[in-house]
Amino acid sequence: MNHGRDLNRRDFLKISSLFLAGSAALSSQAGQVFTGPKTVLADDDNERVVHSFCEHCFWRCGIAAHVRNGKIYKITGSEHHPLSNGKLCPRGTGGIGQIYDPDRLAYPLIRERKGGKSSFRKASWDEAITHTAEKLYQIKEKHGPEAIAMLHHGYGYTFFKEMFKAFGVNKFAKPSYDFCCGPRRQGYEMTYGHPAGTPEGIDMINSKYLIFFGTHYGENMHNTAVQEISEGIRRGMKIIVFDPRFSTLAGKAEKWLPIKPGTDIAMMQALMNVLISEDLYDKEFVAENTVGFDELWNEVQHMTPEKAANITDIPADEIREVARSYARHAPAAAVHPGRRTQWYADGTQRIRAIAILNALIGNYKMPGGVVNYKKFKLPKPDEHPHPHFEKEVWSKYPFFVKTQPANTIASHEIVQQTLGEEIKAWLVYGVNVPETITLGRKTAVEAMQKLDFLVAVDTLPMEVTGYADIVLPECTYLERYDDLDDGRPYRTPFVTLRQPVVEPMFDSKPGNEIARMMAEKLEMHDIFEDSVETSLDKRLQKIGSSLEEIRKTGVLVSEPTDLYRKPGEKLTFKTPSGKIELTSAQLKKAGFDAVPKYIKHPEPPEGYYRVLTGRKPMLTFGRTANNRFLNELPTARENEVWVNPRVAAMHTLSHGEYIHLKNQAGVISEFPIKVKVTERIREDSVYMVHGYGHYYKKLKSAYQKGASHNQLISKAEIDKTIGAVGFQNNFVTFIKEA
Amino acid sequence: MADKKNYGMVIDTRVCVACSACVYACKSENSIPEGYCRDWVVQETKGTYPKLSMENRSERCQHCEKAPCVIYCPTGASHYSEDGTVQINRSRCTGCKACLAACPYDARYVHPEGFVDKCSLCKHRLDKGLETACVSVCPTTSLNLVDFNDPEEKAVDMMNGKEVYRQKEHAGTNPSLYWISARNKPGA
Repeated sequence: MNHGRDLNRRDFLKISSLFLAGSAALSSQAGQVFTGPKTVLADDDNERVVHSFCEHCFWRCGIAAHVRNGKIYKITGSEHHPLSNGKLCPRGTGGIGQIYDPDRLAYPLIRERKGGKSSFRKASWDEAITHTAEKLYQIKEKHGPEAIAMLHHGYGYTFFKEMFKAFGVNKFAKPSYDFCCGPRRQGYEMTYGHPAGTPEGIDMINSKYLIFFGTHYGENMHNTAVQEISEGIRRGMKIIVFDPRFSTLAGKAEKWLPIKPGTDIAMMQALMNVLISEDLYDKEFVAENTVGFDELWNEVQHMTPEKAANITDIPADEIREVARSYARHAPAAAVHPGRRTQWYADGTQRIRAIAILNALIGNYKMPGGVVNYKKFKLPKPDEHPHPHFEKEVWSKYPFFVKTQPANTIASHEIVQQTLGEEIKAWLVYGVNVPETITLGRKTAVEAMQKLDFLVAVDTLPMEVTGYADIVLPECTYLERYDDLDDGRPYRTPFVTLRQPVVEPMFDSKPGNEIARMMAEKLEMHDIFEDSVETSLDKRLQKIGSSLEEIRKTGVLVSEPTDLYRKPGEKLTFKTPSGKIELTSAQLKKAGFDAVPKYIKHPEPPEGYYRVLTGRKPMLTFGRTANNRFLNELPTARENEVWVNPRVAAMHTLSHGEYIHLKNQAGVISEFPIKVKVTERIREDSVYMVHGYGHYYKKLKSAYQKGASHNQLISKAEIDKTIGAVGFQNNFVTFIKEA
Repeated sequence: MADKKNYGMVIDTRVCVACSACVYACKSENSIPEGYCRDWVVQETKGTYPKLSMENRSERCQHCEKAPCVIYCPTGASHYSEDGTVQINRSRCTGCKACLAACPYDARYVHPEGFVDKCSLCKHRLDKGLETACVSVCPTTSLNLVDFNDPEEKAVDMMNGKEVYRQKEHAGTNPSLYWISARNKPGA
């Protein structure tokens, strides 16, 4: 089979509306667009409440789904779950817009070629799974298991991972590693010997002084973090925000310092410089618990506030004042590690600088400082035997995470290996590749066109499904069991259950069943228990609980852990030196900077502006972009490009007008975007929320709304320590409508 | 403890992030038709770069003690409930919109089914001893339900020593929503 060479073969396919949920609903339940499920699990007559956890972002809050007459009519925050504490963000409430999305994938689809044209046809599950298994088998036989990879996002991936491992495949990537959690995790790990954690190990409710660099809670609706920051504010916490944009969080700050983008490390070095040169740091803590102080000082002594002021556009006096206040509030002070931490190629070092700033004031395991939350102690399921893997970790980057079996290679490496024809097949679980991959849309699409085989598991006709050979419709998180979630460390460790609230709609199936069918077809009969319920129950039995017990509240919570150190307690760290590594010998040995250094990043060309990106509180990118319930608010429906009034005047842009954006490589946004003229942004940058501008017509609510940020990425820089990708050296200018 | 309730809200704008969780929670709780809402968020920024200030507010019917909507309603559909809230009797409402014109807070809309609708302070929940949908969902606890006949100490503490205002007091409506200003310094 060499049809992988035929580039036209994978022309973006428009899924006929015949195969989508809307029309399926119309045929069987005339007139109802938002149809209810076929049946329900329990009594139809009364309202019932099912506790589960959310899938609208990685935070995974506890939810309570309220069912009336067989239909989920509202979703509230679970009061039992420590991460939601009874509260929920808009996206969590918006789950009803996902399950009852009329655009949902309703049947398995198979790509067919007739007379040089390809199209999708409806298939039975057996046919679709048989075809998938055959292709995967053939590719493995011909090219080896390393020619197959899985890209995944979302909590249902575990079953596919188990199925693949038994099959001999272990190239797994979650794209969020590339730009979000990778640097944070690894930069912290290299410094403290443990990751920054989700929720971040910052004791925010007790903090008196919290410094943020560019992360924007409030727009970034991570429920627990927002709750803790709010409580901190009520208790008198002062917030300092370094951000080129006056974010919602900056609106809460004592000081908003509009730092020049790309200069954070210079600022962090200057803060260290003041802490050390003015003798404000915790000398005892540093002497006892850190290594490499002299080398650190050697590096930062040159970064005086005056020098940093020239680089960062923040006056030297402000830098001194922040450093002094920070030290004055120590140890109930912290610099927050932030989220989406890879902006340029130096994200890991930027996170290291943050970790070092925390170490210098001795806030480790102190109220209001850096803490190390613990996870719930739930034994892992028994490992199923699998063939020997050629490599346990496939990434070529020396400090790529080694301890996450679900993440063995960076997603951009999968793209590059596919372009190099090393990888021939993908299973894509919940990743909308063209709009997610950090190398930009164009590269992602080129890679998909090179593949011999692409199977996409999704709930909606996301763009990626248009490039697939097989589309497998998974039911939503409200219609299925997934594996237990014991992955979140917090004040009160917990394990939580995802359970079906209603039965799967249409001909969709839970991921656990789809993976089981694939395994059966590949003649691997003993990977999974008889049912997902049995495997969940068996795992819970190990701690003396049961599926029946956890189903009641959706969560088991253990006692709060001891977060703070005792007077005189000796601290140990799981770093090579056993101390906090201000200077990293392992980085040095591998040829990298042992201490974070400021590197100048490129300036925008004349008339162009740096593209900054972020979130809206009611959007998690592809997960919610087509959500009609959330899209009822005009603010949720589309993104805007934020432009400083001086810049707007220069380009004669007016507030509310629609324009196109053009990047430095000449790429013009496919759809127009609304201009927001605002004082809330620097003159050298523009800002747009990621995750809009969908180009698949079958996403009827999201199609053509706003401009795609991913389309405008033509330049990406790789962090060679951990293999993360930064893309903030992309610049745009404005094109007015003709 | 007073038997008679007098419900209102204390809204702490220092912590509100304008996320709109309250809007969506209200929509699903009260089955608000597509395209309409009973509460909404305002993000107000003042000043010029780089000296800016911001206030975020979740707004809704102010359940006034002297409510123009009640005064001007020709049919008695808009009325004071004995728990201190302002309610609408749908069967009496003719959709004449006199209340829409009278309300200084622009809190009302005409429901597609012909009657006027607005925030009921989730009366169906208050009657069961539950908080409103918006109050229960609010991740920042900016929204606080208060019985002003028996204000919990927490509510009093919350406002003490802070700049607190009510909206359009000059209209003489005596609104039941109190706003803790975002201008308050941390820990005020």
